[in-house]
Amino acid sequence: MDYGLTEQQQEIVNIARQIAQKKMRPVREHYDKTEEFPWPIIEEFKRADLLGAYLPEAYGGLDGGVFELVLVGEELSRVCAGIGLSVATSALCAIPILYYGTPEQRKRWLPDLASGKKLGAFTITEPGAGSDATSTKATAKLDGDHYVLNGVKNFCSTGKAAELYVVFASTNPGRGARGISAFVVEKGTPGFSFGKKEEKMGIRASWTYELVFENCRIPKDNLLYKEGYGLFVAQSTFDSSRPGIGAQAIGIAQGALDETMSYVRQRKQFGVPVASFQAIQHMLADAATSIEAGRSLLYATTRAMDKDNKPAIDKAIAENKIVYDVMKELDTRRWTKESGMCKVFCSDAAMKVTVDCVQMCGGIGYMRDFPVEKYMRDAKITQIYEGTNQIQRNEIGMMLIKEAASHAKELAAA
Amino acid sequence: MHIVVCVKQTPAGSVPVDAATGRPKLDAIQWGINPFDEYAVEEALRIKERVAGSHVSVVSVGPARAEEAIRAALSLGCDDGFLVSDAAFDGSDPNATGYLLSLAVKKTAEVKGPVHLVLCGKQTSDVGAGQVGLALGAWLDWPAAAFVRKIPTIDETKAVVDRMMEDGVDAIELQLPAVVSVVKEINEPRLPSLKGKMAAKKAPVAKWGIAELSADASGVGANSPTTELKTSAPPPRGAGIKVPGATPQEKAAFLVQKFKELKVI
Repeated sequence: MDYGLTEQQQEIVNIARQIAQKKMRPVREHYDKTEEFPWPIIEEFKRADLLGAYLPEAYGGLDGGVFELVLVGEELSRVCAGIGLSVATSALCAIPILYYGTPEQRKRWLPDLASGKKLGAFTITEPGAGSDATSTKATAKLDGDHYVLNGVKNFCSTGKAAELYVVFASTNPGRGARGISAFVVEKGTPGFSFGKKEEKMGIRASWTYELVFENCRIPKDNLLYKEGYGLFVAQSTFDSSRPGIGAQAIGIAQGALDETMSYVRQRKQFGVPVASFQAIQHMLADAATSIEAGRSLLYATTRAMDKDNKPAIDKAIAENKIVYDVMKELDTRRWTKESGMCKVFCSDAAMKVTVDCVQMCGGIGYMRDFPVEKYMRDAKITQIYEGTNQIQRNEIGMMLIKEAASHAKELAAA
Repeated sequence: MHIVVCVKQTPAGSVPVDAATGRPKLDAIQWGINPFDEYAVEEALRIKERVAGSHVSVVSVGPARAEEAIRAALSLGCDDGFLVSDAAFDGSDPNATGYLLSLAVKKTAEVKGPVHLVLCGKQTSDVGAGQVGLALGAWLDWPAAAFVRKIPTIDETKAVVDRMMEDGVDAIELQLPAVVSVVKEINEPRLPSLKGKMAAKKAPVAKWGIAELSADASGVGANSPTTELKTSAPPPRGAGIKVPGATPQEKAAFLVQKFKELKVI
């Protein structure tokens, strides 16, 4: 379907597709098997300017928005979501810096993330704090010009490979959720080390590490926004990043369907291609329909979101202000509900589509030699990370109730 | 140093053939840089990265649409593009193309400074004559080497190149300026960058016709010395013979019998 992309957006798709087909496809099985980090492919992303497609030109990006991030994520994931994940985690590090960083902080970190000189990561999860981020145990204590970080973060995607980490720790444990703050920590800071490397079901080309902070002293200037705003920073970052997970999911589903389509057309049983059976055709139709529905939701949401957010970003850069402060000035809305919808719908679609694709391919679909089972393993994480789909539904439900309540109040006042 | 890369725009995929005329149907096909020329572009860019202060100009002989091939090369990192295009040039044979390119190389030297090296692909994917590089060298009266698979050393005065031969590799020292045509073993072409792509869309591409090049029209285009006698599609492949037999022995016996009939053995 023609989604009316601009010339630049079409080029982003073309180049991401070329890299995926020419560079990633031949090696995806290798990285899935070995769990090595795909550094040579990261070099391709860097050279193609893919890692900065969604960032402002002022920092070396292509001046796109979340929509551009979605286009890149979808194309890369169509071939290998694990290799493509480094683009999403870098964005998860860049987005809070873009929205909550001071102009100096933006200038300090965003150009390296846009060029890919440095990869980024984001780490909020702890052994005891997953969906419930309020029970964060890591602490950051102010000591002169530094914060001293202590604690353990786990399941950090692109861990160890990344140079910059957005880390959440409590600056005031007594205040619970309102005591959490967001920091940028650079790899190599004394006291910051890597613990266990996780072995995963899917997205195996992406490293997942435990991060350990032991009296890790970071400059006071590495605090993002204000003390106590950490959870807010995290949640509003997810507003912009969750469509990225949706894009990953749609890419995975499309990739699985691509492989399945070519298989069912040539696989013969009872003397005819299995694609000629209505049972298969209905599964194909359902898969393609949910992919297109997910893609439409993703594109529509992120375009609307960019249209809303971009003026605030541009104004903040022009006036040397923090983007979030300008958003408050302009009364820019939040996108929690719609971005959650993107993530839930697309990731549930991806899971269903990939399971069905394995089914349609039959025995060969279950084999490691054939790429379809990998899509099914990769799809699962999209229902889990950046907030499980259950948490997304809680948030969507909560937003619906809030909207209905405020609507009722308006009616009563009128 | 100043490097000129010659690129041709060729069909990017398979081309249907008109059964009546035997000619390829080119109306609705995709075009791209001739794949062999992509290696020449990549090698020019690698030399540019090796030799500080280098400059890469791209030249193409072709119709107006060939500008897209030039822009594709610019998006990879080449600096300037020049399109050699004129109705009088249409249908030029390899010798005439070599002549036109020689004029373009001289003109490029006038506008962008002395040329030290001209790179070409070893042949095109459509016509496949494999003669243009050497014809260009002859027209320029410069040393020329074809089938080069490595350029181990190069500076503004000379280059050592490894030329692939049937029985091995020749190491040749060339005095520059020279023309070198390369084989696909020489490198792995890069993909474009997004910034390069967007900049290439806006880059100026100068167009040189018969007047700008002061070309002699008597041997180019329709006046090329080559005469085309007939164009036809390759004959369709006939059906093969299935080797019958339940056992390897039976199959072998059938084959031996068949070979004897064909007088192969």
